[in-house]
Amino acid sequence: MEYKDYYKILDVSKAASPEEIKRAYRRLARKYHPDVSKDADAEVRFKEINEAYEVLKDEEKRKAYDTFGANWQAGQDFRPPPGWEERFQQGDSGSRRTSSHQYSDFFESMFGGGRGRTTPDGFSFFEEEYQDLGHDLHAKISISLEDSYHGARRTITLNRTVLEENGRLAIKPQSLHVTIPKGIIEGQQIRLEGQGEAGSGRGERGNLFLEIVFLPHPIFTVVKRDIFLTLPVTPWEAALGATIAVPTLGGNVDLKLPADSQTGQKLRLKGRGLCAKNQEGNQYVTLAIHVPEARTAAQRELYEKMAQLMPFNPRSGLGG
Amino acid sequence: MTERYSCIVLDDDMTWGITEVSSLCRVDHQLIFEMVNEGLLSPEGGTPETWRFHAVEIKRIQVTLRLQSDLRVNLPGAALVLDLLEELEELRCRLRQVP
Repeated sequence: MEYKDYYKILDVSKAASPEEIKRAYRRLARKYHPDVSKDADAEVRFKEINEAYEVLKDEEKRKAYDTFGANWQAGQDFRPPPGWEERFQQGDSGSRRTSSHQYSDFFESMFGGGRGRTTPDGFSFFEEEYQDLGHDLHAKISISLEDSYHGARRTITLNRTVLEENGRLAIKPQSLHVTIPKGIIEGQQIRLEGQGEAGSGRGERGNLFLEIVFLPHPIFTVVKRDIFLTLPVTPWEAALGATIAVPTLGGNVDLKLPADSQTGQKLRLKGRGLCAKNQEGNQYVTLAIHVPEARTAAQRELYEKMAQLMPFNPRSGLGG
Repeated sequence: MTERYSCIVLDDDMTWGITEVSSLCRVDHQLIFEMVNEGLLSPEGGTPETWRFHAVEIKRIQVTLRLQSDLRVNLPGAALVLDLLEELEELRCRLRQVP
């Protein structure tokens, strides 16, 4: 098990005062909050930060961590000394719970599970009503645009509390098969009933919310249901009109390019975006005219002939 | 072993009344009233009995709850954060459109 340097995680010195630790924690928690940050590893960082603060804000835990942690370097194996467990294994069932409440193995070996039944986040007036209900879980699932376009099936693994045979709660990785419906879009959530944390006693399981995140696509961008593509065309295709095979998520589609097209013009392929049962998405194709280099004498001559035959001032709008 | 479970997509086609929203997000009516009063939620319908909430509002409630518990943000603060995040997302979106 890896030793964790909580001071380094919070970017404070070993001599930091409780106020300094609190300030550092709050600053980093805002920066890496998974709802706010776009950092790919925000969630991991946020968990680490919370775990570090959980230890360093508590005088007793900090002292214990300092004493036994003094001889370990980050990354080295940590083995708790004998007799350690009784001291902290009581857990922290009363402590505040954050969105990222699962601690590392390192933390658990030092301070115990800390995951007794707690009330749902936030509001004390619900404690009564929901006492036995398991927590809802929130997770993100990354899918490709193709997954949304065609629909897909995914297997996800998440750590959940489960009720073991002996009646105790334990954290276990569990696999779930999830159907990604056709036309789902970024930010939408799939709610899996009863797939959250186990409840205590006879309490029902909480629910699992999976939020869709799109993986970046090499050629398409997406805004809600609409797919955007920049299509390079030649000057003669733009001038004369052409039929061009354009990639869409569902394969190539013939696009009729009208004569006298210009760079920046947007053409619509109706219904070629992310379509759900009652919702239609389109694909928008933005034209970008690419001009071939004149490499040979004959090619240069052709451009010169064009200049003669086609007097044209694209800058007339600039007052020139 | 295959577990069977019901799976709902909270999509644009669906709307929820206040009671459904409060059980979906596990908050009570009072808090939803406060969020509506704060302008954090804008349901369709003129009276609480006829309010219909969209999926985006479910998300706004969930994010608010997390901001409250993790960063001790109050409701006006959460409303501001949500609006700014939305604007940020829109700008990021536009930035991605720039070739």
